[in-house]
Amino acid sequence: MTGGQAVTTRRRLVGVLGVMALLFSACSSGATSSIAPSAAPSVAASAAASAAAPSGAASPSASAASAAVTITWWHNANQDPGMSFWKKVADEYTAAHPNVTIQITPTQNEDFKTKLPLALNSGTPPNIFQSWGGGGLKQQVDAGKVQDLTAATASWTSTIIPAALSPYQLNGKQYGIPYDLGLVGFWYNKALFTAAGITAAPATWDDFIADVAKLKTAGTAPIAVGEKDTWTGAFWWEYLALRECGKDKMATAVNTNSFTDPCFVKAGTDLKQLIDAKPFQTGFLASPAQTGATSATSLLANGKAAMELQGHWEPSVMGPLTPDGKGLGDKLGWFPFPAVTGGTGTVTEDIGGYNGFAVSKDAPPEAVDFLHYLTSVDVLSRWGAAGYGLPTTTGSETSITDPNLKELIAQRAKATFVQLYLDQAFSQAVGAAINEAVAGEFAGQLSPAEVQQAIQTATTK
Amino acid sequence: MASNSAATDRLAAGVRQDDGSAGRRRSLRQSAEIALFLLPALLLFIVFVLIPLVEAVYYSGFKWNGLEPLTNWIGLGNYQRALDDQFFTGAIAHNVFLLVLSLGVQQPIALALALALSRGFRGRTFMRLVFFTPYVISEATIGVIWLLVLQPSGPLDQILGAVGLGQFIQLWLADRSLVMTTLFVVISWQYFGFSMILYLAGLTQIPTELREAAAIDGANGAQALRHITLPLLGPTIRVAVFLSAIGSLQVFGLVFIMTSGGPFHASDTMVTWMIEQGLTRTALGYGAAMAVILGAIGLVFSLLYQRFVLRRDIEGSVTSFAG
Repeated sequence: MTGGQAVTTRRRLVGVLGVMALLFSACSSGATSSIAPSAAPSVAASAAASAAAPSGAASPSASAASAAVTITWWHNANQDPGMSFWKKVADEYTAAHPNVTIQITPTQNEDFKTKLPLALNSGTPPNIFQSWGGGGLKQQVDAGKVQDLTAATASWTSTIIPAALSPYQLNGKQYGIPYDLGLVGFWYNKALFTAAGITAAPATWDDFIADVAKLKTAGTAPIAVGEKDTWTGAFWWEYLALRECGKDKMATAVNTNSFTDPCFVKAGTDLKQLIDAKPFQTGFLASPAQTGATSATSLLANGKAAMELQGHWEPSVMGPLTPDGKGLGDKLGWFPFPAVTGGTGTVTEDIGGYNGFAVSKDAPPEAVDFLHYLTSVDVLSRWGAAGYGLPTTTGSETSITDPNLKELIAQRAKATFVQLYLDQAFSQAVGAAINEAVAGEFAGQLSPAEVQQAIQTATTK
Repeated sequence: MASNSAATDRLAAGVRQDDGSAGRRRSLRQSAEIALFLLPALLLFIVFVLIPLVEAVYYSGFKWNGLEPLTNWIGLGNYQRALDDQFFTGAIAHNVFLLVLSLGVQQPIALALALALSRGFRGRTFMRLVFFTPYVISEATIGVIWLLVLQPSGPLDQILGAVGLGQFIQLWLADRSLVMTTLFVVISWQYFGFSMILYLAGLTQIPTELREAAAIDGANGAQALRHITLPLLGPTIRVAVFLSAIGSLQVFGLVFIMTSGGPFHASDTMVTWMIEQGLTRTALGYGAAMAVILGAIGLVFSLLYQRFVLRRDIEGSVTSFAG
């Protein structure tokens, strides 16, 4: 070979090796987070390692107490003031337990549906994560991703309202801890109602339809619904179904996956009556529920719509959507879903939901201890006093000062039956299909009978 | 290049010598070189493309929710389900709609702009920058911005009303018959800059002598365009069309952010429906089947396109290995 060719070959070789080195380093740094599942209890391993330190204490409990523990926590209060409140609670706990660090990841409610399954399947699932109980939790439990808390919480679950604990129980074991149980109802703008000549909350569905007509005449959008997020429209169908069918038929339908009773078609017919009256804001099919200035909740908060059928979190979501952070202030009122004449159900039956946390399989015991602190009367009383929801620890309900939430607590106290929102009562897949079926009716694509058919098909698949 | 002439010398030397062993040694060493250069890219391709593809095909044979053990084999059941699924076939139709509009509307506009911007004029570089900028902004940002602009009584509606075009105001995203067209406009707005840059690059390769010769012969602008520019721009056009078509099949980000496939499936694309079923509804086997179908559609399209349309362009470049 000539000298020139040798130089060229050397250069080529160096070039190739350089490129390979770069690529392999990029590969390996990227691979650890996604491909290889990491070894399970790394926290326990580090605890054992630090316990073996020569200056450490002898007994296991003392060494566990002094070992550094990190807890990862995914919750859905991704906006202030709720986000800051949870951070404060975490800081209080870590101040009392200096060896514990809590890493918080506030995640938007809708994102849990896509992010949580992936995280649970990975090698590093969050230790504490948002849970709504019911079918969604059951799927996670069946897959072995959730820790059985029965033993760890036996000493203090009695402080929680029994009605709130049941959706987090499976086969007699406790798999999650609730902190919030609320009801879905109508949040409305008192000023707009008065201006339209409505003096009292509607007692029956026919009164309600009449009130909607009055609001339209007065020039306001009567109802805000964020049907881009299809769970909001589903509330309407679920309440009408509960009113038409009554609690026994509803409970049976949910437990036996059988929505064949004609009362479920009647619910769709009542809903069609409302949809045909065109009571919603312009472009409601594309409006998000809670995110951004054009969402349904924002319209209500800024006086552009008269009412919204929503859960008990509504005041805390409305606040950040207004410039002064105060939402509708004292113009905000609440009334329960009216009775439906001819239906089997009564007004003491509600659609409601729970908020709670579940713990992943290999999370450290400090995670459960933190939940014990979070659900203490002190913490939840402060939480309730700030108006974030309806706490479920006995003794904390009296902290509620917000007049609307007080009405909700009163309604909850006299409720004879609370049906968990159907998209939580069933698995995520079935829930999404139920919401989609109702969205079909809102979009004018499915008839009441077709909605019932689609829901029946979804729950029996 | 020095290495090229050295290689040609060696080739010439080899042909004259007609020495088989030198030829074999040459091709062995050069094969090793090729392999070494290809190795990193090949590894990346295998790990991030081939293996997931094989895994997807494997998962698509199961009924699986992603959390439970992988035991429920159903063979082609998920594929049958996909073909019977009116929302999936609807999504395919939406992708085809985007493809047709991309080729019929977006590409001609990009080409026209490229032609306009290929002449020299003041502010040309600035205009090129302006047209290319949407391409470099992230899809998520563009989705969020346009979502706000297109709200009822939002900025777009207000502008239309202010200039007296109020009667054209529509429910851009809530009207089921209009939403796909609206999304096409936003997608085009983001991606036409890329095609435009491709065409600009292609135009710079057309020798100016040809146009000057045509001008001397008395051809006007339109004739020069039709007989010189467009034919010589052919390879670029074929590549741009190909990329645009593949992109239309894979649309996800903008649709997901702006409409989530709604209202009621009016703007579903194959990928958004696949994500909804596979992740949100935890039907991972079914989602994988849809992914495989999408991959197959893309693959068949690519192969047919390369065989029939791009054949002329790549024929001359694949020479026998000349060292």
